[in-house]
Amino acid sequence: MVAQTTDNATDQAALRAKNVSVYYGSSLAVRDVSLDIPKNQVVAFIGPSGCGKSTILRCFNRMNDLIPAARVDGEITFHGRNLYDRAVDPVQLRRRIGMVFQKPNPFPKSIYENIAFGARINGYKGNMDELVEQSLLKAAIWDEVKDKLKESGLALSGGQQQRLCIARAIAIAPEIILMDEPCSALDPISTLRIEELIHELKQQYTIVIVTHNMQQASRVSDMTAFYNAEATETGNKIGYLVEYDRTQKIFKEPAEQATQDYVSGRFG
Amino acid sequence: MTVDLPSTNEALWQPNRKASKYVELAMQAIFGLFALVSVATTIGIILTLIYETIEFFQEVPLWNFLTDTRWTPLFSSAQFGIFVLISATLLTSSIAITVAVPLGLLAAISLSEYASPKVRKIIKPALEILAGVPSVVYGYFALLFVTPLLQTFIPGLQGFNALSAGVVVGISITPLVASLSEDAIYAVPRSLRDGSYALGATKRETIISVVLPAALSGIVSSVILAVSRAIGETMTVTLAAGQNPQPIGPDLKFINPFIPVMTMTAFIVQVSLGDTPAGSLAYKTIYAVGMTLFLMTLVLNIFSFWFVRRFREKYE
Repeated sequence: MVAQTTDNATDQAALRAKNVSVYYGSSLAVRDVSLDIPKNQVVAFIGPSGCGKSTILRCFNRMNDLIPAARVDGEITFHGRNLYDRAVDPVQLRRRIGMVFQKPNPFPKSIYENIAFGARINGYKGNMDELVEQSLLKAAIWDEVKDKLKESGLALSGGQQQRLCIARAIAIAPEIILMDEPCSALDPISTLRIEELIHELKQQYTIVIVTHNMQQASRVSDMTAFYNAEATETGNKIGYLVEYDRTQKIFKEPAEQATQDYVSGRFG
Repeated sequence: MTVDLPSTNEALWQPNRKASKYVELAMQAIFGLFALVSVATTIGIILTLIYETIEFFQEVPLWNFLTDTRWTPLFSSAQFGIFVLISATLLTSSIAITVAVPLGLLAAISLSEYASPKVRKIIKPALEILAGVPSVVYGYFALLFVTPLLQTFIPGLQGFNALSAGVVVGISITPLVASLSEDAIYAVPRSLRDGSYALGATKRETIISVVLPAALSGIVSSVILAVSRAIGETMTVTLAAGQNPQPIGPDLKFINPFIPVMTMTAFIVQVSLGDTPAGSLAYKTIYAVGMTLFLMTLVLNIFSFWFVRRFREKYE
């Protein structure tokens, strides 16, 4: 079934997906997802592996365009326009919808250049030093790197690298930040720091986060979408959205039995 | 429980470790011997080079070797200005690199970033076949095709010249640059490209600002290897660049690409093919030139080794 958000949230939607299906080649990967991402909130996507939560996330900034065989059906509205409209330039779009990946992927450049790169290609004209400092401050990593801005971003620890990647995404002043399992490669302390950071960032940004960690979803998010997968006769998995509601509701009194089973760890 | 009983299979308890130990030792010796053959050959070559070069410098002072402006070892008034030959080698090599680096690098980028997997699968082996063409064929190609072709544009171009030899050497080392650079570019992890695209970079920006810098160490080492190859290239320059050492002087003939020059390798060929008696000064000369060649490529290789270690990015 397709869940709906509460009505008063819909006019505040930063992104609105309507009947989105994704195909890889001829096989359907995710079917018929409809949901609204409310502004300045954190939305968590949870669900078992292969349920398509990352795939849907990557539709929001058209990263799936980079996979030649991928095809997206349906409509995702951003500022009243369909993202998949022919007139929309994915490059311009990605400047407004940033992304943080599962594995920290700083560029093999200095910490400073990691931040400045995005701004530079976006034609940023202001004071670059200030932008770098502000972005690193917002990503709560400034104190740790302020004395080694010229050092390689790869020299940082995993958690620091991930915060650097968040700083890099913030530097181009996006409206929405997509996070694809940003803590899965990190230790618990680094994870905690990123979660605190997400709390602060939602004042300014809309955040969509994919996570395998249900505690994390319950800690950081306002809304939670639970995806599940069903196997076809050929063995392919097709993901679909089971339930989408306020996080509290999903974890305390979900409408669906499958959600209940998943969030209570009795999945099967 | 039968498992707790001593096994009835006696072989399990035979101490056959000794036999297998001998076999291991024998294998080790055999493999070690073969490894030694190649190392010993290299050491032998270097020792011969050093020995004959020392002999040479007992007859010709090092100072003359470095400062003479002519290369006339076979004349009665012999002069041994090595820079006459080095300049010719550097001339043909620079022309070759000027051709090979842009051509090879662009081919590598196109193959790795723009070509479909299908095209890549066909073009890359085809490119590597180009590397298998015998250098004597490239030599005749330079002499009989490229030179006449260039002569239609450049009227003063002589039959033997550094330009066409350099261009053809460049073509012959292009596959090397392309293939090794392509490997380096292709090895840049997808996650880095994704990171760049997610910041709103175009494909061009991603390639120039993220992928190429990340692949830099591999690209530079491929270029250095190509330079070594160009410096050591023999057949093509001997056939197409001529046999005329150009004296170093203010007329700049020694760096004129339109006239015949003599590279280090061409000199070695010339003397080796003639009836030079062993032990004569001319004979020792080729060792001194060979030593110079060896030192040049050695320095390049050491630099490449250092560069790769210094700048290689480790992704995990």
